[in-house]
Amino acid sequence: MTTKRISPELFEKLVSLAALELTAEESDYLFEEINHQLASVEALSQIPLPEGVEPSLHGLEPQGSPARPDQWQPFPNPEAVINLAPETEDGMIVVPDVKGAK
Amino acid sequence: MNLTQLSAFEVAQKVRSGEVKAAEIAEASLAQIKAVDGVSGSPEPGNLSPEEEKKVHAFIQITRDLALAQAEKVDRMVANGEDPGLLAGVPLSVKDIFCVEGTHTTAASKIIANFVPPYTATSVQRLTDAGALVLGKVNLDEFTFGSSNESSAFQPSTNNPWQTEYVPGGSSGGSAASVAAQEVALSLGTDTGGSIRQPAAFCGVVGMKPSYGRVSRLGLIAFASSLDCPGPLSRDVRDAALMLQAMAGHDPKDSTSSILSIGNYVEALEQDVKGLRIGLSPDYEAVYYPDLESGELHTEPIQKEVHDAVLYAAEILAKAGAEIIENVPLPNTRYGIPTYFVISRVEAASNLHRFDGVKYGYRTSENVADLNELYRRSRAEGFGLEPKLRILMGMYVSAAEHASDYYQKALKVRSMIRSDFDQAFDPQGSYRLDALLTPTTATTAFKRKAVYGNSVLMQYSDQMTVASNHAGVPALTLPGGLDENGLPIGIQLIGNDFREELILRIGHAYERLTTDDAWRNVRPQVLQGEVKA
Repeated sequence: MTTKRISPELFEKLVSLAALELTAEESDYLFEEINHQLASVEALSQIPLPEGVEPSLHGLEPQGSPARPDQWQPFPNPEAVINLAPETEDGMIVVPDVKGAK
Repeated sequence: MNLTQLSAFEVAQKVRSGEVKAAEIAEASLAQIKAVDGVSGSPEPGNLSPEEEKKVHAFIQITRDLALAQAEKVDRMVANGEDPGLLAGVPLSVKDIFCVEGTHTTAASKIIANFVPPYTATSVQRLTDAGALVLGKVNLDEFTFGSSNESSAFQPSTNNPWQTEYVPGGSSGGSAASVAAQEVALSLGTDTGGSIRQPAAFCGVVGMKPSYGRVSRLGLIAFASSLDCPGPLSRDVRDAALMLQAMAGHDPKDSTSSILSIGNYVEALEQDVKGLRIGLSPDYEAVYYPDLESGELHTEPIQKEVHDAVLYAAEILAKAGAEIIENVPLPNTRYGIPTYFVISRVEAASNLHRFDGVKYGYRTSENVADLNELYRRSRAEGFGLEPKLRILMGMYVSAAEHASDYYQKALKVRSMIRSDFDQAFDPQGSYRLDALLTPTTATTAFKRKAVYGNSVLMQYSDQMTVASNHAGVPALTLPGGLDENGLPIGIQLIGNDFREELILRIGHAYERLTTDDAWRNVRPQVLQGEVKA
C-alpha cells in the first residue's frame, strides 16, 4: 500500500474540476497511479537548488519571428470548421443550456 | 529489385531519373502493407486470429487514393521535365497526431475518432510538396501518452516487427514499426520525452528529435507544447537527414519555430569524424527510479549489452579519428522523469481542455441536463485512462497551493538540466563537446502487457531520452546491435542547439564503419524469408 499523497476527497474534487466522471474501477486505478507518480515527483523536493536558479519555460528559448501585426486573416473555408461540430443550426454550434440560465 | 527495400534516397534518385515510376513505388508499399500489417487499428476491434497476432498492425488508416494521386503528380512532373522534389516518390507514413486535410486524424483516441481536419500540418505539407507519398496514418499511444503503443484506443495496437510478442515502443510505435517492416521508407513522428527515439531504438531504425523549434508544430495535436518536436524515422541516417532537410525551417504560423537558417544536412554527411569531440557520461549508465513509498531514488545499471554497444560505438569512432572524452558530468539527468511528470502533465491538462464535445469530435449521446454535464459525459466517454490520468496529475501539480513545490520547482530543475548540456557543449569550457554518445534506452524492447498499467515504470523507459527534451537540444538514435534475444539496441547522439548536421554526420560515419558487422544482416521476424538486396 502506497503512502497517499492526496486524499480521496481531494481526488474527487480534481475529477470534478477536470470536467470528468469516473467509474469506480477507473477511480480506484487512477487514484493509485496518481499517488505513485507523486512518489516519483517527491525526488524534486530532495534536489538542492543553487541560489539564483531561474525557472525555464523552455529549455531552448524559442527564436521565432516577432509577433505579426494583429490583423485578422480569413480562413478560406469557415463552413468546414463549423461543420466539424457535433450539432449545428444555421451556421451556429448548438449546446445545451448553461445550468440556471434561462 | 524489391522496391520496398530501397532507402528514401535511392527511391528519390530512381524516380527523379525516370528509372522507376512513383506509382510503382506506391503499389509496392501498398502490397507490403497488405502482406505484413494485418487488420488496421480500430475503436471497435474484433477478435484476433493467431495469424493476426503475428502481424505488425502499424496502420490506423491506409490512404491508398491519396498516395496514388500524389504518385501520379510526381510521375507527371518527371515526364514534363519538372523538378518533382527532394523526396520524389518516397513512401511516407504519418503518426496519426498530425492533421492531414481530408483524412481522419484521431490521436488514437475515441474523443476525436471522427475528426477530419480542414487543413494540413506544415511538416506534412512540406514533405508532400517535396514529392513524398502519404501511404497512411499510423498508430500511437492515445494522444502520444505512453511508451509502448498499448494505450491506443485503436486496437490491435502495433507489434514489434522484430518479434511480434514485444512492443514497438511509443508513442511513435506505428511510425517505427512501419519503417522497420519496410511498409514505408520514412515516417513522421513526434518526440516529447523520447517518443521518436525510444520506439526507433526498440524497432532497430533511425529516429531524430530535432532541436525545439527546428520543425513547425502547426497541425500537430499538442501534448506538451514546450517539449513537442516533430521529427523523422527512417532506416538509415542519410534518409533522416533528407527528411529533415525537406521539413525543417521557420513557419510563420508557429511562433516558436526558429528563424535560424537550416543546415545542409545531407551534404554534411560527406565529412568524416576526425577531430570531433564525443563525450561519454557516467550519468547515462544507470536508471534512477523511485521507491513508491518514500520517493527515494534507487539505482539500477542499464542492460549490459546496451552499455557494451555504446562502448563499441565509441571505440569505432575513436579509430576513425574522433576524440572520446570520458566522465562528462550530467548530474541532473536523473531528475528528468520527475521533472517531466510535472511539466508535461501541466501542459497536457491545459491542452486537453479543448476536447469538450462542443466544437468537434465526440459528443455523448446521453440526454444531459446542462452544458457542464455535456462536458463531463463527453470527456468521460471519449478519453481513455491515460489522458484522464494526465489531466488529473497536471491539475494537481499546477494548483495554486502546490505550484511552488511542484511546477515552479520543476521549471527550475529544467534550468539545471539545461545547464548540464551548456557546460558539456561550451566551446570555452572543460569538455568542448561536439556530441554526447549515450544509450537511447536502458533496455531493449519489453513484452506486451509486461509494463502497461504501471504508469510510473512505463514513464521511466524514457529516462535516457527525456533530458534532451527538457533542454531543447537535438538527439539522434540509430541501431547499435542486437541483444542476446535478437532484439535491437539503440545508441543515441545528443548535440548542441541546432547542430543537427553534426550528430547526423557522426551517425552516418558509424553506419559506414559498421557496414560489415554481422548483426546488420539479421532481419526482423516479419521480413524473414525475404532476401536482403
